[in-house]
Amino acid sequence: MTDTVVTEPSAVVAEITPARPSVPKRGFGSRVVSAAVSALPPLAVFAFLIGLWYALNAWVVRPKFLLPRPDQIISDGFMNDLTRQQIIDGVWQTSKVVVTGLVIAAAIGIAWAVAMSLGTWIQRSTYPYAVILQCIPILAIVPLIGVWFGYEFKARVVVCVMIALFPMVSNTLFGLQSVDRSQYELFQLQRAERWTVLTKLMFPAALPAIFVGLRTSAGLSVVGAIVGDFFFQRGTPGIGALLQTYARVLDYTQLFAAILVAALLGVAMFGLFGLLSKLVVGRWYEPVK
Amino acid sequence: MALTSPATPSVATTPPGTLIDFRDVAMRFPNGTVALSGVDVNVRRGEFVTVVGPSGCGKSTLLRIASGLERASEGTVTVNTDRIGFVFQDATLLAWRDVQRNVELLAELAGERKNKRRAKADAAIELVGLSGFEKHLPKQLSGGMKMRTSLARSLTLDPELFLFDEPFGALDEITRERLNDELIRLFVKQGFAGMFITHSVSEAVYLSTKVVVMSGRPGRIVKTIDIPLPMPRDPDVRYTAEFAELVGEVSHALREGHA
Ligand SMILES: Nc1ncnc2c1ncn2[C@@H]1O[C@H](COP(=O)(O)OP(=O)(O)O)[C@@H](O)[C@H]1O
Ligand SMILES: [Mg+2]
Repeated sequence: MTDTVVTEPSAVVAEITPARPSVPKRGFGSRVVSAAVSALPPLAVFAFLIGLWYALNAWVVRPKFLLPRPDQIISDGFMNDLTRQQIIDGVWQTSKVVVTGLVIAAAIGIAWAVAMSLGTWIQRSTYPYAVILQCIPILAIVPLIGVWFGYEFKARVVVCVMIALFPMVSNTLFGLQSVDRSQYELFQLQRAERWTVLTKLMFPAALPAIFVGLRTSAGLSVVGAIVGDFFFQRGTPGIGALLQTYARVLDYTQLFAAILVAALLGVAMFGLFGLLSKLVVGRWYEPVK
Repeated sequence: MALTSPATPSVATTPPGTLIDFRDVAMRFPNGTVALSGVDVNVRRGEFVTVVGPSGCGKSTLLRIASGLERASEGTVTVNTDRIGFVFQDATLLAWRDVQRNVELLAELAGERKNKRRAKADAAIELVGLSGFEKHLPKQLSGGMKMRTSLARSLTLDPELFLFDEPFGALDEITRERLNDELIRLFVKQGFAGMFITHSVSEAVYLSTKVVVMSGRPGRIVKTIDIPLPMPRDPDVRYTAEFAELVGEVSHALREGHA
């Protein structure tokens, strides 16, 4: 026997199957058309909801100012220079709180989960507290957080961390522990150290789950920042403080504008981490459909 | 000195050329399941030993004991090499690494330098016929190509003893037969000894120099059958009377063991 196994490269090539059923190559035009087609259902729902909104305003809700029309929200809420500036400042403040809280929650959550995956005794002794943390009614202790951390930026961030921590811990832990057993044994056969197994196998394998955690926590962090605003009046107010002010003065167009922006902030966070996830793990990750 | 401790696979003197020797090995799991009982098997240099048996009879367990992943609860296991390759039932590729970096993994874990492990990986990739696919990710590969990658990864260890746990079980027949031929070529070229698990009788006869037939659980050895067909195999040997007879003999032994 002289030769290697490479007797007929074409045989190997014949074995390749594309990862996804291949779509025949299409021109730019038809891709635009298919994008439009896939955007159609959500747009239809959007149109329906806007229509419903106008209908409620016209025939159901009395007095009408309790549910201002969408065009009024845009003209009074966003086209009004003062309100627009207030909202932009509020979003900026809230975003700072949200991002700081999320980064801290992610750092603590990932570190905690990694520690738990390295030692079962760490998991056994500390995981119950992660669960308990999740079960504390946050509204009940927000006033306490104010007392302890001073009703300003710091206190707001603490609220975000408390709300956002659990999904980070649980998703990361789930990801770390969902490593395939034979892959783990492959490392074991090479007598790899725990740390090597963690960095070269468990952590990369956990990345998709970590991103799921980040997405969930990002949304919760927005909620946390707004809740913080409701309770803490000192420091620079965020979008939550604006919501309260507008509600108090019964300015419903501005109130709705602020609610809309708060919701959009959550959606933007969700989208941002979805995108980030695609960039980091989308190249290799194949979700089971 | 043959160690009587069942705990660790150990180095000891056995007939020359013996790479692994199981003597009266039994396996009882902590939950009470008895997977193996009184098993004697050995694999020598130049041999390709295939173990066939009904599913659940303890074939994987036998291989896991050979690799050191599991410890036999009774008997002696003597291992005379530290260069053991293990190919799992699934390709167990790391999804985030391309073919090249997957193949490099074991050398990387052994702490080898980048240049050296790259060279090893390239050689192994060439051996399994995957040149040109170095930058492909696992999700872009067919089942057969994933298995080739997995084979290449173990080849970087330059194993003296190669353990295979039903590696081609999930592949279609055409791919499986092709990989059988390539495995035989590697066996002849690289000179490793093989211990191969399968539940396909014809695959067992085709690949091996010796077929070991196991009974249903708890797995015992029913019969050991030498396969005197010339190596490397001619694919057409499958259609000879001699081959059919050997297949028949293995099948009979399997049926007896099952009763
Ligand atoms: N870690 C374990 N604990 C308990 N029982 C096990 C364990 N591993 C395998 N078994 C049992 O031992 C028997 C043999 O398993 P295995 O060696 O995987 O069989 P095979 O590979 O021949 O199909 C099976 O009944 C299986 O359920
Ligand atoms: Mg098995």
